[in-house]
Amino acid sequence: MSDEEDDIILSELNDEDLVAQMFDDLYDGLKEEIEEGVNILLERGWQPYDILTKALVGGMTIVGHDFRDGILFVPEVLLAANAMKGGMSILKPLLAETGAPRVGKMVIGTVKGDIHDIGKNLVSMMMEGAGFEVVDLGINNPVENYMEALKEEQPDILGMSALLTTTMPYMKVVIDTMVEEGVRDDYTVLVGGAPLNEEFGKAIGADAYCRDAAVAVETAKTFMARKHNQGVTA
Amino acid sequence: MDDTTLTTHGLTAKTGGRILLLACGALAREILDLIKINRWDHMDLHCLPAILHVYPDRIPDAVDQAITKHRAAYDDIFVVYADCGTGGLLQQVCDAHDVKMVAGPHCYSFFEGNTAFAAQDEVTAFYLTDFLVRQFDAFVIKPLGLDRHPDLRDMYFGNYTKLVYQSQTKDEGLIALAQTHAARLGLAFEHRHTGYGDLATALSDQA
Repeated sequence: MSDEEDDIILSELNDEDLVAQMFDDLYDGLKEEIEEGVNILLERGWQPYDILTKALVGGMTIVGHDFRDGILFVPEVLLAANAMKGGMSILKPLLAETGAPRVGKMVIGTVKGDIHDIGKNLVSMMMEGAGFEVVDLGINNPVENYMEALKEEQPDILGMSALLTTTMPYMKVVIDTMVEEGVRDDYTVLVGGAPLNEEFGKAIGADAYCRDAAVAVETAKTFMARKHNQGVTA
Repeated sequence: MDDTTLTTHGLTAKTGGRILLLACGALAREILDLIKINRWDHMDLHCLPAILHVYPDRIPDAVDQAITKHRAAYDDIFVVYADCGTGGLLQQVCDAHDVKMVAGPHCYSFFEGNTAFAAQDEVTAFYLTDFLVRQFDAFVIKPLGLDRHPDLRDMYFGNYTKLVYQSQTKDEGLIALAQTHAARLGLAFEHRHTGYGDLATALSDQA
C-alpha cells in the first residue's frame, strides 16, 4: 500500500468511493480497514445484506478472478479472506436480525484423511456471502458424518473438498453410500480441491466439479435455480 | 551440486549409460549415492527442478518432455517420481511411453516404505526429508508467503499436530535444523530415520 493511500480517511469518502476503497483494501488484505468500512456504511444506514454483497463479495470476486488468472497467489487470497472474515463477523448477527434473503443450504466438509481446509473455508465464506446457509462439518470427515448431516440438516447441496490425491477417492465412497441409501438424487453434490478436475467429478458421480470458490458459488446458484424451476413446472 | 541449483534447474549427471534415471531434483543426492555404492555405472541421472514438488500439476508435462528428449539415447528410462500429487496423470505419461516409475503416492511414503507408510494413521503429520529440511525456505516458507506474512502460519498449519523429519542420512545438524523448522511452524517434532527405504529397492530392480 502506498503512503498516499495511508492518508485516506475512510469516513470522509462518499459511499461510491468508500466501496471502491474497500475493494482495494480487501485486495490488499487490510482487515482493520475493512471492519472500519463496514461500520461506516452501517452508520450511514446501509442494509447489512447490501454491504455484504456490494462491498465484500464484490471485492472478493475481484480477488477470486485475479487468483484464477495467476495474478494473485494463495497467500494474498488468504489475507483477503481474512479481511472479509473480519467484515462478515460484524455483519453476520445483523443479517440474522434483518432477515437477509436465503438462497439455499449447504453442508460442506473435507473428506476422511484430509485436514486441509483453506479451500473449503473460502467456499464456505463465499457461499455465505452469496446468501447460502452453510453447515461446516470441518475436516477429516468419515462418510457417517456426511450422512448424518444430510439427514439432520436437509441441505440442498453437499460440498466435499480434498487437497490430496490420496484422499480424493473418498468422495466416491460418500456418493456411493448416498446411492446405496437411496438419497443421492435428493441433493446436489459439488466437489472441489486442487488435484481434482471435471473428469474426476463426473467419474465419481458428483453433479459438478468447482475449480474455485467463485465457481462454486455460481454453480450452486445455477443448481438452485434449476431446482426452483423444476418445482414450478412439476 | 548445490541444493539451490537442484531446486531451480535440476541436474544432468554423466551421459553414455544404458539406463536413464529421470528423477526429481530433491532425490539427486540419494540416487547418486546409491549409484556409487552399488557401482551402477550403466545408469545416468537426469533431474528435473525439485521445485516442481510445489507445482505437481506441472510434473506430468515436464516428465513427458524429458522422456521424449532422452528416449533415443537410452535402452531404457526409469522415472524416479512417485505419483507426487499428480492424481495418476504421471502414471498415464509413463504408460504412454512404456516406461516404469516408482510405486507409491510420494517420497515420504517410499522413503518410509510404502507398506509401512500406508499402515500409519498420521493425517495430521507434516513431513520433511533431508532435502526439504535443507531447502525449507524455498519449499515451505516462501511459496506459502510466510516470509512476508508470518501471521498466516496457523491458517496453513493449524490442523497439523507434528512435523515428522524422515532422515535419509544420519546428520545431527539436520536434526537440529528440522527441530527449528517444527518450532517455526508451531508443531511438535518427531524424527524417524528411514534411510533410502523403497527407493533403494526400486532402483535395484531396474539395475
